[in-house]
Amino acid sequence: MIGVVSYLVFFTTVAAILAIAVLGLNLQWGNTGLFNGGVVAFFGAGAYGTLILGGTPQPDHLGGFELPYLLALLGGMAAAGALAWGVGVLTLRLRHDYLAIATFGVAVAFENLMRNAEALGGGAKGLRGFERPLREALGSGFLYNLAFLAFVLVCLVLVWRSLDRLVASPFGRLLRAIREDETAARSLGKSPARIRLTAFVTGSVIMGLSGGLYATFYAFVSPQDVLPVLTFQIWAMLIVGGAGNTRGAVMGAFLIWAAWTASGWGLSRFAPVEAQLYTGSIQYVLIGLVIVGMLLWRPQGLFPERLVVSQSGREGARSTQGERQ
Amino acid sequence: MAEPVLEVAGVTAGYVPDLPILRDVSMRAAAAAVTVIIGPNGAGKSTLIKAIAGLVPVSAGQIRHEGTAITHIRPDQMAQHGMAYVPQTDNIFRSLTVQQNLDLALRRAGPEATARLDRLHTRFPALADKRAARAGALSGGQRQMLAVAMALATAPRTILMDEPSAGLSPRAAQEVLEMARGLTESGVSILLVEQNVSQALRLADHCYILAEGRNQLDGPAADLLGDSVVAEIYLGGKRLRVGA
Amino acid sequence: MIQHLLDGILVGAILSLGATGLTMVMHMLRFANFSHAELLSIGAYVALVFDPLFKALLPLLSAQIGPLSMTWALVAAILVAMALTALSAVLFDRLVFRRVREKGEELSMVFASFGLALIIRNVIGLVFGLHTKLYSQDIVFATVLSRDPLILVKPDQVAVLGVALAVMAALHLMLSRTTFGYALRAVAENPALAQVNGINLGRMIVIVWLLGGALAAMAGVFYGLTNQITPVIGRDLVLPVFAATIVGGIGSIHGALLGGFVVGIAANLALVVLPSGYSPSVPFLIILAVLLVRPNGLFGEERA
Repeated sequence: MIGVVSYLVFFTTVAAILAIAVLGLNLQWGNTGLFNGGVVAFFGAGAYGTLILGGTPQPDHLGGFELPYLLALLGGMAAAGALAWGVGVLTLRLRHDYLAIATFGVAVAFENLMRNAEALGGGAKGLRGFERPLREALGSGFLYNLAFLAFVLVCLVLVWRSLDRLVASPFGRLLRAIREDETAARSLGKSPARIRLTAFVTGSVIMGLSGGLYATFYAFVSPQDVLPVLTFQIWAMLIVGGAGNTRGAVMGAFLIWAAWTASGWGLSRFAPVEAQLYTGSIQYVLIGLVIVGMLLWRPQGLFPERLVVSQSGREGARSTQGERQ
Repeated sequence: MAEPVLEVAGVTAGYVPDLPILRDVSMRAAAAAVTVIIGPNGAGKSTLIKAIAGLVPVSAGQIRHEGTAITHIRPDQMAQHGMAYVPQTDNIFRSLTVQQNLDLALRRAGPEATARLDRLHTRFPALADKRAARAGALSGGQRQMLAVAMALATAPRTILMDEPSAGLSPRAAQEVLEMARGLTESGVSILLVEQNVSQALRLADHCYILAEGRNQLDGPAADLLGDSVVAEIYLGGKRLRVGA
Repeated sequence: MIQHLLDGILVGAILSLGATGLTMVMHMLRFANFSHAELLSIGAYVALVFDPLFKALLPLLSAQIGPLSMTWALVAAILVAMALTALSAVLFDRLVFRRVREKGEELSMVFASFGLALIIRNVIGLVFGLHTKLYSQDIVFATVLSRDPLILVKPDQVAVLGVALAVMAALHLMLSRTTFGYALRAVAENPALAQVNGINLGRMIVIVWLLGGALAAMAGVFYGLTNQITPVIGRDLVLPVFAATIVGGIGSIHGALLGGFVVGIAANLALVVLPSGYSPSVPFLIILAVLLVRPNGLFGEERA
């Protein structure tokens, strides 16, 4: 029984951490129409940043600044934001495919750098020497995990609420206007490139928070944690939940993470031994099918907002059309 | 009016299904004549010409050319119906040379291609001189000539022109409009959208006035030129009377 | 150094072939197609299937061509691979991209291409296995061009480079001398105007997919011939091929041809300075450099 509960705590913690990243992607893609092909780079920058800033000194790689935990986490988020700013400044004034390619490239380069630059991130062995915060007070058992889950949930709710507020604000309306009709937005005297950059960096900082929490949870991060598959998973979560709505993003995160772990468990348990090598491929095919299938048959996602988000989107389009007349 | 070569009957059209820009617009263009469409900005003049060309979806009404319904044709089928369309801007391929632009327009001309090219070169000597130049390097007036030459290359019986004088110097504008007039002598019908109202009215045969996507007024161009209401609204009042 | 340069030219030729189709599709359909590199994979594996088939059916074809490891059977298999990959590119458009396009979800096309790439890559892995394969087990010894510095060239490499250059020359002639080539460039520059000038866009899209697929298949087989065949060819080449299109300017076919060589050579020369582990990052660095210095590429024209 305690085994089931502790597994549930573990599962919920990881799903909630990923849900935060999905919320970040939702701001970029769902609200602003920015394609981020390298979610994992910003997630990774948060993870590595947090551990390097908050870890104990290690002989073989950078780190050991031993900053207080919350400061380290903020530092990780700042690292993700800085990375996003660099990519965004170079690409957001160009055609949208440049952003897609550059973000994809930054993820490839990030993983490659972390795998090779041992002095920076410990290389393939990963980054060690991080003490989880408050461990002395809470121990390292079930109680600790429960407390950490609570912390993650608080973060999730905070991000969720503030994004809802942001989208309802004038800034949020501006994002939608740019997404629907960039020329009209520009003619109103707004600079779409700057506003998109703000949205892109903010979304990436949120992904950095998710990465920081993830690394804290495992007290360890390695290049294996920043593989491209994570980007695909986070997308599938967003698209299943329904891009453009935060509730869907969070539900999509839990649903896809459950499906992913269940399919992994099922395949490892029931697939014949000689096929074990291929369980990863099968899971990847499934996630690809989820992405393509949703786009073809249910682009609005499984959990469209009850207030009918598409209706308001169309009204937005109509009003901008009206302005052009 | 004699049997019209082009007839638009009760056309409603727009880019977005629920947002028509043209509402119930009708017009007729006579053969071997210049018909001009004028009206204030946003009246739907360009939309009308694009709807005829198949570039804007038509949701109601009918368009006929030489008696054949062409209401929902694809733009690439225009030439088969003996029509050509000269867009207002971006009407030549800048990355191709002048000659390559013409070759592209002539590629369905078959054995006639050489003769037609010779005729185009005679009509537009500047294009013959600049045949190897990149079209993007041409002057505004030369670009417009190339665009018209590309339309003529398909030997159309009707040409739709969207503000051919836009962005040109007054002299170049006058030349382009006179050239349009000259084309009717060989039997070609011209449907023209123009901002340059007084100039257009002087060389057109018939004129339609559009406002807010609807027909307002039409009549022989010479009559409208002398009409005080039209003068007041579109020709800047007194200036015209002085000029005329 | 010279060895790196030679290797770079060879890789560059392969990237050029791959980037040509990609740049056309990206420009016409206005999305970054992340599944294009999987077409190289498909081509490589189709040839892997048909090569032994032709050898078994027509033993005459098993003869090696001169000093190459390549046989006539493989040449025939390449042609089949080009045809089948071209058809599968059209099929993917019908099944996925065209349907997304018609829903008016243009922005989602990138998404769809990522999902499609994931499916293709892993289905190939499931069907053919994850381990690497070769067209020929025969070891063909490299020719020593020079001993000091040591420069080695394999006959296969020379042949691949020669064929790739010939194909590029043919492409160039087509683009600069035939009305079909003008039509392709016209569609790339301004699809609406192309339509007004009597070009059937729907048919042109099919032709571009066919052409892009065939060139990608050829590039894929050449890559397999000079490296090895694995299901992750697409994953490894997607970024270099994109880099080639960005260097050349998205939409410029001539740019893509040249961009491939720039990326191939730069990536190999970078290994003189950088440890080889960093080579997957080099295309990204090239992209960054281009975006900093000349965002529209060497040949691209500014276009919103």
